[in-house]
Amino acid sequence: METTLLTRVSEFEWRIEPHDKMRVPAVLYASENLIRDMDTKVYEQIVNVATLPGIQKAAYAMPDAHWGYGFPIGGVAAFDPEQGGVVSAGGVGFDISCGVRTLLTGLKSGDVTIVKQTLADALYRHIPAGVGSRGLLDLTDSQLDEMLEGGAQWALSIGCGVEADLDRIEERGRMAGAQPAAVSDFAKNRQRREMGTLGSGNHYLEVQRVVSIFDELSAQAFGIHLDDIVVSIHCGSRGLGHQIGTEFLRDMVTETAHYGIDLPDRELACAPIESPLGERYLGAMRSAINCALANRQIITHLVRRAFAEVIPKAELSVLYDVSHNTCKVEEHEVDGHIKRLFIHRKGATRAFGPNHPAIPEALRPVGQPVLIGGTMGTASYILVGTAESEKRSFSSSCHGAGRQMSRHQATKLWRGRQLIDDLAGQGILIRSPSSRGVAEEAPGAYKDVRAVVEAAEKAGLSRRVARLEPMVCIKG
Amino acid sequence: MGDLTQECASRWEHFAHGADIGVRGIGATKEIAFEQAALSLTAVVTDPARVVARRKVDVQCEAENRETLLVDWLNALIYEMAVRRMIFRRFEVHIEGDRLQGSAWGEDIDVARHEPAVEVKGATYTSLRVGRNEAGEWIAQCVVDV
Repeated sequence: METTLLTRVSEFEWRIEPHDKMRVPAVLYASENLIRDMDTKVYEQIVNVATLPGIQKAAYAMPDAHWGYGFPIGGVAAFDPEQGGVVSAGGVGFDISCGVRTLLTGLKSGDVTIVKQTLADALYRHIPAGVGSRGLLDLTDSQLDEMLEGGAQWALSIGCGVEADLDRIEERGRMAGAQPAAVSDFAKNRQRREMGTLGSGNHYLEVQRVVSIFDELSAQAFGIHLDDIVVSIHCGSRGLGHQIGTEFLRDMVTETAHYGIDLPDRELACAPIESPLGERYLGAMRSAINCALANRQIITHLVRRAFAEVIPKAELSVLYDVSHNTCKVEEHEVDGHIKRLFIHRKGATRAFGPNHPAIPEALRPVGQPVLIGGTMGTASYILVGTAESEKRSFSSSCHGAGRQMSRHQATKLWRGRQLIDDLAGQGILIRSPSSRGVAEEAPGAYKDVRAVVEAAEKAGLSRRVARLEPMVCIKG
Repeated sequence: MGDLTQECASRWEHFAHGADIGVRGIGATKEIAFEQAALSLTAVVTDPARVVARRKVDVQCEAENRETLLVDWLNALIYEMAVRRMIFRRFEVHIEGDRLQGSAWGEDIDVARHEPAVEVKGATYTSLRVGRNEAGEWIAQCVVDV
């Protein structure tokens, strides 16, 4: 994207003044280099988001923004139902509540190095990954409905996890307002045998080592120290979320005109929050959030089993669980008034600052952990929410490195087998059913995650706490 | 002018889209373009040559225009691939008005033999197009989310 398209407000904040049908400005948070690397489609899409009814303050793009469907990935927008605000299936995305969960293990790298191969094999054996893989469960209709209502709390009821896990999950593991009846039989059928599976594409499970600490106080509150071993899980609501996204996008494309909403792009399709379709979508989308939370909870259970087999002294506890494709009801200040808003985060992480009541008590003094997934060859980061992000981005931050190259290009540049060997040379073990899948996810196909998190920090969206480097990666 | 059905080679291709991938089918008729787009969808997951057409699955869709019909057709296949754990290599499409009657032949996914690279989440309305190109061939294309 040409920087001349934007007004530079500060080193890491860029603005597009309202023009044509824009109701509010658009604000992009990024360094000059990240802006230059962004697709011009991000400009078009964030401008389009700013035209939607009931949008508040501004449409925001995070430092890792890239071309999405309707909304850019890395897009944040808040809507007020009292001002005709809308909910958009494209604004949440196909992989509803895709997110990252990080587990503490109580281990140091020395505990893992000696058994790394065995641990990698055990994790790969226990956690179903890749296309066509099935979970251990085959849910009946009533079990599916219970799961869609109960989220991670339901997973506990079937023996996956402990009560303390729930304290460290957004919404305590269960999103209120789910309506399993709003979820189609097609979506349920797609999920029946997919619980506890990782999926494919950019989803992964990594054993990581803490290699740098940037903020001692927050690290201490999070329970992380230099050379600690953690496990990060990146996945979402699997087939159920994909099907809900597909079906509601179609319904909204058909219905938008009936609601008198004039769209610059078909994929921005939306419905008023206070409309039958809007309410039905919210009920289904919240069910998908619960599905993702249950899924990551079951995977946590499987990770514990794998560790128990290989390193019995490991004690795995949840550091935190964030979702980055959601629409959630939150209170935020707009023009001096506290308003109840519907916050869309598409490829963006909620990042509440210190003392926010939604943060577990033990972490409240420092802020919410913000878990940023990187690539299998570089690094991931743990950040913490800041007080300033409330006024900058409705308390939102980036979510990952963001792709800089298509899958097609990646397979031309890299071979999966060679990549796996090269990474093994660097001490990173990859386990995957597909070598082409590995090539498509080559570290070089992504932006520099360090530049992304530095921009997020300098823009005041969140602050770096720790850098994690992979030792083992299970890739779907 | 010769018979277009014989002159025009049925084929598929992929096109780039940021994090995802575009599927495109090309042929003498709209139906062939839809069939080729489906083959392009299979190629997102695996090399179609590795797939054996053992079993047939039928799908039906209905949509108000031909573009949405393409999205519905691909989404119907994505659904069948997901719930049946199948992968397809041959397709037959009949379109009458706003209705599509399609068949797909394929087999159960075999991870060792197919080495599936990625599962497709859904077909999208991005770069969606169904129409004729300058050579008079039918094109059916859209981006799929992976």
